[in-house]
Amino acid sequence: MALLSKKDANLILDPLADNNPITIQVLGICSALAITAELKASLVMSISVIFVMGVGNVVISLLRNVIPSKIRIIAQLIVVATLVIVVDQVLKAFAYELSKTLSVFVGLIITNCIIMGRFEAFALGNGVWRSILDGIGNALWYGVILEKIGLFRELFGSGTLFGIPVLGDPIAKTGLYATGYENNGFMIIPPAALIVVGIIIWVQRSRNRALIEEA
Amino acid sequence: MLEHLELFFKSIFIDNMVFAVFLGMCSYLAVSKKVSTAVGLGAAVIFVLAVTVPLNWLLDQYLLREGALVWLGPEYADYNLSFLSFILFIATIATMVQLVEIVVEKFSPSLYNSLGIFLPLIAVNCAILGGSLFMQAREIPSLGLALNYGVSSGIGWFLAILAIAAIREKIRYSNVPPPLRGLGITFIITGLMGIGFQSFGGMLTGDNEPPEDEQTPTTVKQVEEKELINKEIEDEEKAVSYNEVIKE
Repeated sequence: MALLSKKDANLILDPLADNNPITIQVLGICSALAITAELKASLVMSISVIFVMGVGNVVISLLRNVIPSKIRIIAQLIVVATLVIVVDQVLKAFAYELSKTLSVFVGLIITNCIIMGRFEAFALGNGVWRSILDGIGNALWYGVILEKIGLFRELFGSGTLFGIPVLGDPIAKTGLYATGYENNGFMIIPPAALIVVGIIIWVQRSRNRALIEEA
Repeated sequence: MLEHLELFFKSIFIDNMVFAVFLGMCSYLAVSKKVSTAVGLGAAVIFVLAVTVPLNWLLDQYLLREGALVWLGPEYADYNLSFLSFILFIATIATMVQLVEIVVEKFSPSLYNSLGIFLPLIAVNCAILGGSLFMQAREIPSLGLALNYGVSSGIGWFLAILAIAAIREKIRYSNVPPPLRGLGITFIITGLMGIGFQSFGGMLTGDNEPPEDEQTPTTVKQVEEKELINKEIEDEEKAVSYNEVIKE
């Protein structure tokens, strides 16, 4: 990180744990949970969010002195919507099957609170370079949580990673299945995502007691 | 009538905005600490969904989908503007929210005081945009059904936030492990409620099969075409119902 000063590096590293968008700020849950049944979909989703977030932060940061504060929400929504249309068209052109699986959740990146949240909290008040770092940092660690959830759900739910069987064949009973192991269908259904996130939060807060909420 | 009733129950219980597709989770988690505020936000969501979904249905029907511009003249029949739907839908929603805010402030100050602070939040609530996008993806056939879909998915969201707010008020007296307090336990409870709501899924199964095509295809080309169409139908179904995808 010789390229970055310490302060700038913190912009990227902060959202890793102590200020994670999902587990601490509780932003961007909406589109995060629905697509994490497969690792591949989670990965594509994170890449899309990193793109939208990085470019969006730059645009908003450049326009921050031009946008009147009364209509800034609409201006921000238009910027995000335009970027998401780009992502959607690219996915439809190069990964059609995947774009079918993600269906409306690509569009829902627009209302992903993490993006609006970072625009409001950071890009409107900071320069371009710092905004890029902040955008990429937040989206990156957002994506890491997404992949963690996707990893657990796909591994325990279908016994595969990126669609490749890693635990053996459940029908021919090879590998781990020979010992009587079964796939846990529970991990595939939507509510399991919530419980996995709950457990991730539990583990994280047990390790860093400062994050515990006063109930 | 029957289809209205079916859509109504389906959107409230089976395809519940929160439990089945995770829409509007951010405000669901942030504003569910007290029942009274939860009711306010829930009511605002029902209201805005009931306004924006039919409006976006009209936009989709007469402006965006393939061939929608045919009312301008036959030469417009090939236009397909559906790639613009995100930006138009979100613009409609943001405008409507502003408009509703102004109107409510003018005519009912008491309602404005209870709903007012939630209205700006709603423009960025995923449930609202999600309602319009699902309306488009599921190809809801008529304006009446679109209105029905908006209202009933709003009611589903309202029920969910009301339930979690009530539980969170009570759980304050329980001995939850400290690291789970607040956010963690809310996630897990929502998951458990979602499992409960999954049991409604059995209510309306059995009539989701596409009708069998009576005609026997004669040439190989026709067979191929039919397979292609069937595949497309399957793909659309995949896109439409998230539940079905993950069960596969």
